[in-house]
Amino acid sequence: MKNKVLMQGNEAVVEGAIKAGMRFFAGYPITPSTEVAEHSALRLPQVGGHFIQMEDEIASMAAVIGASAVGTKSMTATSGPGFSLKQENIGYACITEIPCLIVDVQRSGPSTGLPTSPSQGDVMQARWGTHGDHSIIAIAPSSVAECYHLAIRAFNLAEKYRTPVIFLMDEIVGHLREGIEIDDEAEVEIIERKMKQRPDTLHLPYHVCDGDDVPRFHLTGYDIRYNITGLVHGADGFPSNSNEVADKLITRLMKKIENNVDDIVEVEEKYCEDADTVIVCYGGTARSVMSAVEELRAKGEKVGYFRPITVWPFPEKQLKKLSERVKNIVVAEHNYGQILLEVQRIVKDCKIGFVGKVDGTVITPSEIIKAVEEVK
Amino acid sequence: MAKMEIRLAGSGGQGVILATIILAEAAIIAGKNTAQSQSYGPEARGGMCKAEVIVSDEQIGFTKVTKPTFLLALTQASFDKFGSAAGEDCVIMADSSLNVPDNFKSKKIYLLPILETAKVEVGKAFTANIVAVAAINRVLNLVSFDALEKAVFMHIPKGTEEINRKALLAGDKLAQNI
Repeated sequence: MKNKVLMQGNEAVVEGAIKAGMRFFAGYPITPSTEVAEHSALRLPQVGGHFIQMEDEIASMAAVIGASAVGTKSMTATSGPGFSLKQENIGYACITEIPCLIVDVQRSGPSTGLPTSPSQGDVMQARWGTHGDHSIIAIAPSSVAECYHLAIRAFNLAEKYRTPVIFLMDEIVGHLREGIEIDDEAEVEIIERKMKQRPDTLHLPYHVCDGDDVPRFHLTGYDIRYNITGLVHGADGFPSNSNEVADKLITRLMKKIENNVDDIVEVEEKYCEDADTVIVCYGGTARSVMSAVEELRAKGEKVGYFRPITVWPFPEKQLKKLSERVKNIVVAEHNYGQILLEVQRIVKDCKIGFVGKVDGTVITPSEIIKAVEEVK
Repeated sequence: MAKMEIRLAGSGGQGVILATIILAEAAIIAGKNTAQSQSYGPEARGGMCKAEVIVSDEQIGFTKVTKPTFLLALTQASFDKFGSAAGEDCVIMADSSLNVPDNFKSKKIYLLPILETAKVEVGKAFTANIVAVAAINRVLNLVSFDALEKAVFMHIPKGTEEINRKALLAGDKLAQNI
């Protein structure tokens, strides 16, 4: 039944995750993500799942990986300081290819920063926070409804590509309450990781079938014993010092995302058809931009916005195409210029403007309008 | 309905965030679009707290209040800060124990004994936010009393319905007399 309810972004992500099949949450509460843990603690026992508050963020990330290895869709939630701590185990999930969702409700940093203030300072940390070459998927919702729907998509992508997915929220969306229509009986596409079918490959946990991007999964602890390691490993799952094996593995980890960007990347473009100026924004910042663009359009100005819903991989192809027909691009984000670097790398012949903020307040529509007028 | 930008300010612990959640819930019950948010410091109690709710028939883009159409101030610090920043057209409601700040521009101000009513008439100081919610609803003509009561009951602990109903009736009465 369709039911419109008032919900907070931090609650909606849990509801979406549960719809996707999340049945395990391990975390260590931190503002402004705490309600994700609170709501998981309330809801998971109601659906036969488990919530556990661990001793710290490192342990909770490890618990999430362990739960997923035995076949339970798992999630954790944190903010900047905790996200830093989780990075080591996020890398472990990358190389062992264990699907999971890490919700990062960004706040001002560095370190403990401004605990209750909005920020988008973790964008590059989401991409490169854990060491070594690896691929990642990061999704940035802009509304409470998107927290719900994109959480389902995030789990689907995690399962399909056997990868950790960063759910890159911010305080603006996390603590926002708005109406959301949830249809409990609606059929949504739920993707499960592909499981090994052939008994003769069970002893090769990291064997990749022809035509597949990732190894098919066999639940840890069932039927046979197999090895999972953060060291470079061959098809048998055991550590290898072979340069050939290393090259093959790391290349595949990069390519499994790179080769599927068209399946993974999602973008919203509005009023871009005839626009001479386009604002690039994502997450909570998009709400300021939406109001600014409506105001500018009402005055007859040809302004639109381009919103990466998947921030990583960055929608490079779409932005490049768009930049070939607009004059100016303004990047708006709550940091000192992180996605700005991507835009500068991709866009060749446009004038690029920037509006960023690091004082803990929210970028207002009038600040966006000012930046648009300056770039013209 | 014109877009309403409602700001409630007070001290951490007074329940201004809950008050805006209740107003947002009431707006949903009445079929409106709404966006509720808050800003506060790291302190659990005593810091300045600001909570906002936007109610509109249209889709809501920017989720924060830029030009408040209504302000409630429950402490002198919040009255001084947000009261003098409010424009001419902003309707202001403040506790009658407070002094009207300098540089005050608003043309419409209601000084109501919200804190006193909660403490004496209702009998529990912590119901001040519910008293305020009823008074705000009456002044802004947001939703029916029944819809407001429904919204309140969705966000209070079980077993406290009676005291909260008493607070709602007291707040509604406060605003009837103005």
